Amino acid sequence: MAQRTKIDARGAFCPGPLMELIAGLKLIEVGDEIEVWSSDKGSAKDIPEWVAKVGHEMVGVESCEGYDSIVIRKAK
Amino acid sequence: MAKHIVIVGGGLAGTIVGNGLCRQLGDELRSGEVRITMIGNSDKHLYQPGLLYLPFGRFREAELYRDQRKVLDRRVTFVIDAATNIDVENNRVTCESGKSYDYDYVVIATGSRIRPETIPGMEEGAHWFYDLDGARKMRDALRDFEGGKIVVNVNAPHKCPVAPLEITFMLHDYLKERGLKDKTEITYTYPIGRLHALEPVAHWTVPEFDKYGIKSETFFNTKEVDPAAKTITSEEGSTLPYDLLVTIPPHSGSQVILDSDLGAGGWVPTDKEKLLREGSTNVFVVGDTTNIPISKAGSTAHFEADTIIDNLASLVTEGQWARNYDGKVFCFVETGMTTGTYVWFNYTTPPNPGPPSQMLHWFKLAYNRLYWLSARGLL
Repeated sequence: MAQRTKIDARGAFCPGPLMELIAGLKLIEVGDEIEVWSSDKGSAKDIPEWVAKVGHEMVGVESCEGYDSIVIRKAK
Repeated sequence: MAKHIVIVGGGLAGTIVGNGLCRQLGDELRSGEVRITMIGNSDKHLYQPGLLYLPFGRFREAELYRDQRKVLDRRVTFVIDAATNIDVENNRVTCESGKSYDYDYVVIATGSRIRPETIPGMEEGAHWFYDLDGARKMRDALRDFEGGKIVVNVNAPHKCPVAPLEITFMLHDYLKERGLKDKTEITYTYPIGRLHALEPVAHWTVPEFDKYGIKSETFFNTKEVDPAAKTITSEEGSTLPYDLLVTIPPHSGSQVILDSDLGAGGWVPTDKEKLLREGSTNVFVVGDTTNIPISKAGSTAHFEADTIIDNLASLVTEGQWARNYDGKVFCFVETGMTTGTYVWFNYTTPPNPGPPSQMLHWFKLAYNRLYWLSARGLL
């Protein structure tokens, strides 16, 4: 069963949600997931773009009140 | 019985906390109601930002260090005995010697460390300036450099988020001074889709790089370095050749955090406003050690330390919470050898860097000396 780690990056200007995700992916096993909470409107575009480029898997993006919840599965 | 406050770590964050507590708890320390112990692993205190200048010959090695005992208030008992376990269930810190320290409150300030060995070929093929040995080797490599391709490579996570830009601008000016600019191509790589984590800084950097002819590649997360072929390859599939590779290696937290099972990667899960370890009421976490999604920088450590001092002193003397941390960070940014700017932000205010000026560069140079007043809790 995949483990899911949450990163609450709401209000994080530096290093920001994507950098937190990249760092977080180094700490989990292949097949596990990270759920990023981001209040940066750009994350819903930036994160899937990077995930596709590097070869991980997008699980989903959900708009919540004031932030997006973005779930990624580590694929390699 | 005296309340015992133990600070684990003798870097900037721990030192500010120790000195600040002495200032606020003078009466309690005098009466014996409170005692403070710092557990460190070195008798020297290193001014880490000074390492940026070392490769360019603009900082002497001796200027980077002070005796920790002289930086730290005499009322703090200072023990040089690396912590090997922090037992938050039983309120006890154990050290390398086997000696242990029971506490009423602990402040974990164990910091971060570079981990170039986690990327194949990086240790053999790259230079860095994030520790003294690396800065010395980079200084020697620069002295021998006669032109070619320089790659400035940034990895996540890393501390001092502005340092990668600073070293790039300073490299440019250094090469220009040596008459090597026309024989050199600098390429800057960054893990995300822009040139800096801070969006306004990233926007500001684009025309600055254009002006200086600095190339860049974004979405570049290092997979491996081939020291024989002199190439660096990203997880995203790009390979760049280099003659000189300057890297900001990925970081992790301290080994004692991992060994104590206090957090993945050595980062302790921490409430971003209270700066308490999640699930604890007497375990404070400060500086690089937290997992808070905020810059790992001396400035962050400083403002967090100020908050912890107020709260610890208030808890000890009044039995109540004083105030929350608002996420404040302030960083100078060197934009070359003669100009600088700054950024500040908190959890609710985005950064807005101003135009670089010579005066701000001078402020940064002044701060390089004023740092010791910060560590003593006077600034």
